[in-house]
Parts: sequence; C-alpha cells; structure tokens
Amino acid sequence: MTIERMTGTRIREKRMDIGLRQASLASAVGISPSYLNLIEHNRRRIGGKLLTDLARALGVDPSHLAGGADRDLLDQLHSAATLAGDMAEIARAEELAARFPGWAGLIALQARRLAVLDERIGALTDRMAHDPFLATALHDVISAVTAIRSTAAILVSQEQIDADWQRRFHENIHTDSLRLGKSSEALVAYLEAPADAEQSPDTPMGQVDTFLAKNGYHLPMIEAETATPDEVVRLSGLTGAAAALLGGICRQYAADARALPMAAFAQAAQACNYDPALLATRCGTDFATILRRLPCLPPDAGHPPIGLAVCDAAGALLYLKRVPGFAMPTAGGACPLWPLFGALSRPSQPLRAEAILPGATASHLLCYAIATPLAVHHFDLPPVLRSTMLVMPDMAQGSAAPVPVGIACRICPRADCPSRREPAIIGTVTAL
Amino acid sequence: MGKRVLLIEDEPNIIEAIGFILSRDGWTVHTHQDGQTAMAKVLALPPDMIILDVMLPGRSGFEILRELRSTDVTKDIPVMMLTARGQDKDRDLALRLGANHFMTKPFSNSDVRDYVRAMMDP
Repeated sequence: MTIERMTGTRIREKRMDIGLRQASLASAVGISPSYLNLIEHNRRRIGGKLLTDLARALGVDPSHLAGGADRDLLDQLHSAATLAGDMAEIARAEELAARFPGWAGLIALQARRLAVLDERIGALTDRMAHDPFLATALHDVISAVTAIRSTAAILVSQEQIDADWQRRFHENIHTDSLRLGKSSEALVAYLEAPADAEQSPDTPMGQVDTFLAKNGYHLPMIEAETATPDEVVRLSGLTGAAAALLGGICRQYAADARALPMAAFAQAAQACNYDPALLATRCGTDFATILRRLPCLPPDAGHPPIGLAVCDAAGALLYLKRVPGFAMPTAGGACPLWPLFGALSRPSQPLRAEAILPGATASHLLCYAIATPLAVHHFDLPPVLRSTMLVMPDMAQGSAAPVPVGIACRICPRADCPSRREPAIIGTVTAL
Repeated sequence: MGKRVLLIEDEPNIIEAIGFILSRDGWTVHTHQDGQTAMAKVLALPPDMIILDVMLPGRSGFEILRELRSTDVTKDIPVMMLTARGQDKDRDLALRLGANHFMTKPFSNSDVRDYVRAMMDP
C-alpha cells in the first residue's frame, strides 16, 4: 500500500473528526458520495485540484492529507523494522503511520534511542577492552587462578609426589590464594568506583579519540587537501566541545601536512629509520612538527607503530595516540616520570629517553619529547606551552638505565618509587 | 636426557607447576622469566620446543615470536603461546606470526601435556 493510497484514510478520519457526513463533503467538492467512498477506502488515487478542494473543505493543508510530512517517519519506521527481522509487518508501515501517528512516532523515537544506546555500549565496550587499569587487574587475577588450578590439579592427581614437592605446592597455592583475594578486592573496588569523566564515552576527548582511532590517526582528505579541517569535523558528526577539539587537531594536522607532504615524508622517515633528529635535519623542519607528523604515517603501509601524547603546561593530556605497549590515562593520574612531563621544565630542548614499564605489561619504549611555546606571548603572562612526546615501542635499544615509568600510580607495582602519589590497587614490589 | 622444552613465563608458580608436569612426562625443562633477554636464552641453547607467554616483562611474547621466526636457527622450533587474553585477534596474531599452538589461561595440565607431546612427536 503506497503512501498516496493512504490519503483516503486521512480524508475519512479528518471528515469523521469534524462530524461531516460523506454526502456533504462529496457535495462540497462536486463529486458523488460513492466516488468519495472509493477515495476514502484508498481505492482511487487522487491529487491536484480535487485534493486541494477536499483539504479546503476539511479545513486542513493539502500536505496533511497527502502525507508528505510523514515520509521521515516512514523512513524511520522502515529502519526500525529492519532491527526486528521478520517480526514487523513492513508492508503495513504506511498504514500504521497514517492510522496511529502517535504510536508510530513513539516506535521511531524508541528505535533512535536504541541506536544511540547501542553506539554508547559499543564505545564503552571498546574502552573497557583498552582500559589499562582493568587489563592489569584482570591479568593478575587470571595468572593467580591459572597457578592455583594447575598446582591443585597436580596435588589431587593419583601420582606419587614426594613430601618436599607437596609442601612447596601447598605454599604456592596459599600464596596465590592470598594474591587472588587482593586482586579480586582491587578489581571490585575499581569497578564499584564512581565512573569518572575519563571512562565516559561522551567526553569530548573520548569522542575525538574514537573518531581518530577509526581512521588510524591518518586523515587522507586533509593530506590530499580534498577537504578542509572544518569539513572533516562536519563529516565526523561530532558537535560541541568534541567538534571544537577535533577542529584544533585537524587544523594542526593540515598545517603539518602542508609543511611535510606525506609521500616525501614517508620516504624520508623510512630512509632515516624514523629517527626524529635525522628527519628534522633532512626536512629542515622543527622537531615538534616531526614528532606530530610521524604518528600520522598511513596505517598498514609497513611503518612501525608510533604513539603520541600532547599535554599542556599543567600536564593535562590534549591528545593521545595509543599503540601496543604504550598507554596513559587520559584524565589525570598519569605517571609524572614520562619525558612528556619532564620536557615542560626544559622548554625548547629536545629530550630522548628509553622508558620501561613495570611488571607483566612491561615494554621498553623509545621516547622523544619537546615542549614548545605556542605563539608570541603577553609580557605579563607565562608562555602557553605544549609538550609533545613520540613513543616507539619497537625501537628501544635496551638502554642500561631506562627511565622506570608506570601507567599510573594505581596500577604501578613499584613500591619504592619516590614519585608515587597514591597507593596501588595491585600488589607492589620493591626495585622493579 | 629428554628433549628440551624452554618455558618463557614470568609467573613463578605457573613455571613451577608446568615444569613439574613436563619433567614428570620425561622432558628436560628450562625456564626463563624475562622477555628482554629471552632470545639470548634461546640462542644460547636452542630448545626442541618453546612455551611462550604473551605478557612478559621487557618484551611481549609476540615480539619474541616474530624474531624467532625470522632467525635461521630458531625459525623451525615449535612454539606454543600462553595468554590470559583469549581474544580472537590475539589468537589470529599468534598464528599469523607463526605459533604452532595458542593456549588460553587458565588451562588444564593434561591439555598442556598433550599438546607438548603432540608437537614434539607429531
């Protein structure tokens, strides 16, 4: 049944609403009652002058009878029906919209809401999968469970085990059960903690991060100058603070892309083995631009994983590109030992350091950082600084004295760290 | 002396349990706990098989596996990966990098023993 044919239903309902007899309406527009009856039962198509005459006689706009205003609603109903598979009578969606516009509107509204919630759940799930706090705590739990299960299975087997081994295995189970208890309590405490801004998929930085991660932190439209930064922001669908944040990132990206066109830069990067100092000399560009540009190399083109963090003078993260082996919490609480923060006390001086993460997540990371002033400043105000840190997990050489960084105090096991500002939720170990 | 199995794992009690099981089954078990120096350990005394944890201090098991497969003397050594993460993408990555088998923690002792037997004596 097409939407035009439902026009008859609307005419009939409107006529009955205002208490007009079929014969009276037919007479008013100069047609027979039987012809109007056929129209009202959707057995005759109408349009043009007759539709206009009927609308005038009923005191409504012709579009109200033609149903053009409901096309959006119908599209939404069709979209909602696809979610239900074969359950919904898709062919009768127009009839539903015409007869029960309120209910149809409610279905469409609920479908839109479900879509938003689905998207939010997806974002939350994605964050949970990459949450460094949760990953470490769960790893600790699973490791303890594995050790207990394996050791207990040995003890209950029918094999003959000498007394020394039995005693060791009992001690191991005891140690692991204590550790499991602590890890479980920490996990529960963490999950029960009120969700902070960092964990909400609705934070502007979270939205921007999701968009950039989906694009591999590489924006071909800006590289090729087929879209302006504002157009990229519009295409991203982000609004409000997230759009403003992405706009700033895209404008910087565009300026860097103009300074260092990608094709030539990618070749130079490979030739210099991704060394920022060699690249800065070869390209005749400042160090900070090189640090920002390297993580924009196209994904899946054979380049090594390269992470990036940018913060302001207060240490608040403004940009973060995570790569395997490198993670930082996006809202406060980061380890102060990262060269990213050390660079803030030595503006304009490039820093190079190898860093090592503790425990099971340990990675050797090669870090390059520099803090630079953004622009010319007022005489009486401090400079606006941006610190930029490039992180290359696969390029570290195994320095004898790497900087012992952590992700954050809460999940850092270094008991003797002088920079610790809060207790860890996992067990600590001296001199890791 | 039985064939050599090198267990690269940072959890001491897991090392002790697996070491015990495999020793009882006739294998000579060597162990190593640090990812950064694991390749040197392998090269010093190439084992007949490697059991390799993914999350290790210093260097991930995936990176070690990649180097094992690109080094002449180690490229054919059977490797079984152990991980606390049972995600498909980790399994796919391990197999793509050349792991012979991928086992998720917690595992059963008999599974470990059976897979080691199967890999060493196919």
